[in-house]
Amino acid sequence: MVQKGIKIALAGNPNSGKTTLFNKLTGSHQHIGNWPGVTIEKKEGSIKGRKDLIVQDLPGIYSLSPYTPEEEISRGYLLNENPDVILNIVDSSNLERNLYLTTQLLELGVPVVVALNFIDIARRDGDKIDSKKLESLLGCSVIETSALKGEGVDACVERCILAANGEDPHYERDKIRTSFSAPVENALREIETLIGKTAKERHRWLAVKAFERDEKALAGIPLAPSRKKQIAEIIDRCEKDLDDDSESIITAERYTAIKAITETSIERAKRQDNLSKSDRIDKIVTHRFWAYPIFIVIMAAVYYIAISLGINTQDMVDGWFGDGLIPLVQGWLENAGAAEWLTGLVCDGIIGGVGAVLSFVPQMIILFVLLGIMEDIGYMARIAFILDRLFRRFGLSGKSFIPMLIGTGCSVPGIMASRTIENQRDRRMTIINTPMIPCGAKLPIIALVAGAVFGGAWWVAPLAYFLGFFAVIVSGIILKKTKMFRGDPSPFVMELPSYHIPAVGNVARSTWERSWSFIKRAGTIILLSSIVLWFLLHFAVIDGRLTMIEDEMIADSIAAKVGTVLGFIFAPLGFGGWQGSLATVTGLIAKEEVISTFGVIFRIEDALGLVEEGHYEGVAAIAQHFTKLSAFSFMMFNLFCPPCFAAMGAIKREMNSVKWTWFAIGYLFVFAYILSFIVYQIGVLFTGAAFTVLSGVAVILLTGSLYLLFRKQSEKTTLS
Amino acid sequence: MLTLNDLKVGETAVVVRLHGKGPVRRRMMDMGITKGVPVLVRKLAPLGDPVELTVRHYELSLRKDDCALIEVERQTDAGSRATPSR
Repeated sequence: MVQKGIKIALAGNPNSGKTTLFNKLTGSHQHIGNWPGVTIEKKEGSIKGRKDLIVQDLPGIYSLSPYTPEEEISRGYLLNENPDVILNIVDSSNLERNLYLTTQLLELGVPVVVALNFIDIARRDGDKIDSKKLESLLGCSVIETSALKGEGVDACVERCILAANGEDPHYERDKIRTSFSAPVENALREIETLIGKTAKERHRWLAVKAFERDEKALAGIPLAPSRKKQIAEIIDRCEKDLDDDSESIITAERYTAIKAITETSIERAKRQDNLSKSDRIDKIVTHRFWAYPIFIVIMAAVYYIAISLGINTQDMVDGWFGDGLIPLVQGWLENAGAAEWLTGLVCDGIIGGVGAVLSFVPQMIILFVLLGIMEDIGYMARIAFILDRLFRRFGLSGKSFIPMLIGTGCSVPGIMASRTIENQRDRRMTIINTPMIPCGAKLPIIALVAGAVFGGAWWVAPLAYFLGFFAVIVSGIILKKTKMFRGDPSPFVMELPSYHIPAVGNVARSTWERSWSFIKRAGTIILLSSIVLWFLLHFAVIDGRLTMIEDEMIADSIAAKVGTVLGFIFAPLGFGGWQGSLATVTGLIAKEEVISTFGVIFRIEDALGLVEEGHYEGVAAIAQHFTKLSAFSFMMFNLFCPPCFAAMGAIKREMNSVKWTWFAIGYLFVFAYILSFIVYQIGVLFTGAAFTVLSGVAVILLTGSLYLLFRKQSEKTTLS
Repeated sequence: MLTLNDLKVGETAVVVRLHGKGPVRRRMMDMGITKGVPVLVRKLAPLGDPVELTVRHYELSLRKDDCALIEVERQTDAGSRATPSR
């Protein structure tokens, strides 16, 4: 069976187990990228041990209609890239809706193999599915699978090879699976004749699409205007006869045909109380009263586990670097007779800088494992369901919560998680607001202010988180009322999937992908920036010559000069000294750098480690630099200002537009600046300072912000 | 006009017509809300919106604004699973 490569397109509804099947089929042989022009993930891989069998994973879709980007991508791929076979995965516990896509795929004229997934669950529930019957009704192979258990996966591959070679005994290319009512069939036949020779193949598919007035599907067909007019007349006549529009006629009749297929091939078990396991769980977790307490308890547990387990692992990683790697490398370099500056650069600059970032990895992994489990079980969809109403008031959708939840670990995967939000406006809003949630790397800043400046006051850390969510809400409301984001929220058409036992592979994979996006930046941006920062901190221009300086002379360093120049920007916020400005700027590299930079400035060994372990007396020098008010203002600015470079990169990738990327970054800067400005300047008044011009500006800014927040929204635009 | 929003939790009705136009409407139809299908209002989210429906043996959640576009008809023998005549 030597042949050229076979291209298998994997298509199916969301939540049909497609990801699990794809992972089972390809193992680690995956290539992940983006579909051109959109930010939808493109996954490709080869079957384990068969390099010649390429699997192209298509986005999860419900239909081949031309409305969502996912549907357009799938359609474009299936029509233009000539896959040899479509492997269509369907959820056997939800056959009617899943076959709706199947019947459309079968009209494309590409061989289809149906994987009847979750068959074990259907069997357990007592539903009897006659797959042989289904096979003859659909006119294609139907294979019972349980992707999770690996059942039927090999059979799918074998059948796909047969089908691709035109040897599948069950595939009937020209069978009409969904016969519509007589008036529609007549209309379709007439349209088919009119399209006739202009198209080479797929006449039935084109006729159906023409009948639905799907312009995009016909874009490549050079139809004469007179024929187009004739087609329009045929559709009009049929619509009048059936008293409905053509799109409704086709969808309704397609479902009627599918119902006929499922009724003859499924024998549904009589359920005694009409409640499945999922229903029983949902009764509790989406309960009118208990839903929120349960949600809060689950989230608290997740963070408790992540943080308490995380602290131990963090110490461990810190130990590897601080007590293990650094002395080791230092020894080597000194023995090799390396220059003092080189030793400093490698040990303090590179290993120290990168190590500080990597110490967050274990905690992040734990958090991502727990969130991955919640996702795979199906609880995340319930969170979107119970929070949608609340989030809509702030111009966000229930689905915006998930990116923000992940953003508490790291903004980069959080921003990437916004991909699941269909509506572009909602997605942009979510991307802009997600970095405001305090990520793991901002915790040391909060800890420093709470522990060293406020003397360990218990309320500072919760207040910081509260401020994060409060900022998201305020910012959401303000943005929603602007011209750019005005209008009704997107439609929320969401399926609540049945609960599933989480698949270890899926959780491991999502954890890996999210953590990797965090680790990767340590090796790239942070590595480079650490080198640059080390030079700026340890060199000065003295008498016009670049000279390496002693630690005590840090105030003369180039970095200090840069900080002084920038100081005037931050002076109205209460931290205009070069130290505060410099720390804020280095925060752009990674938020952990804020504390590390203070450490270097105030010559405190391992300041980040001291803060993380709660030894605040060691960092008293930093605290003395601030007043309570200026420290608070500093913390607020650093929580809400533009995120680190890695997160900015994620924003750029997900926005897929330079203009929107700059808008997001500029907006975050202005938002943070105004907030800190108001808090500091008005706060100063309470400490007995005189009313100055700046106080006046603060009052104006406050009034302006309140206006933006509370102004009446001009008339609503109707659903487009 | 009776819409899905007028139904109480636990009630079943049959879809008569979908109003509105464009992607939202098509999405609802693609998800199986088509003329003649029985829809059960299963429950409301804790804050009263969105609404969870059972349609074609699965659970779908829709916002009230979108439910308002779905015209329905109460069946005299409510709860029967028979396919309504077209």
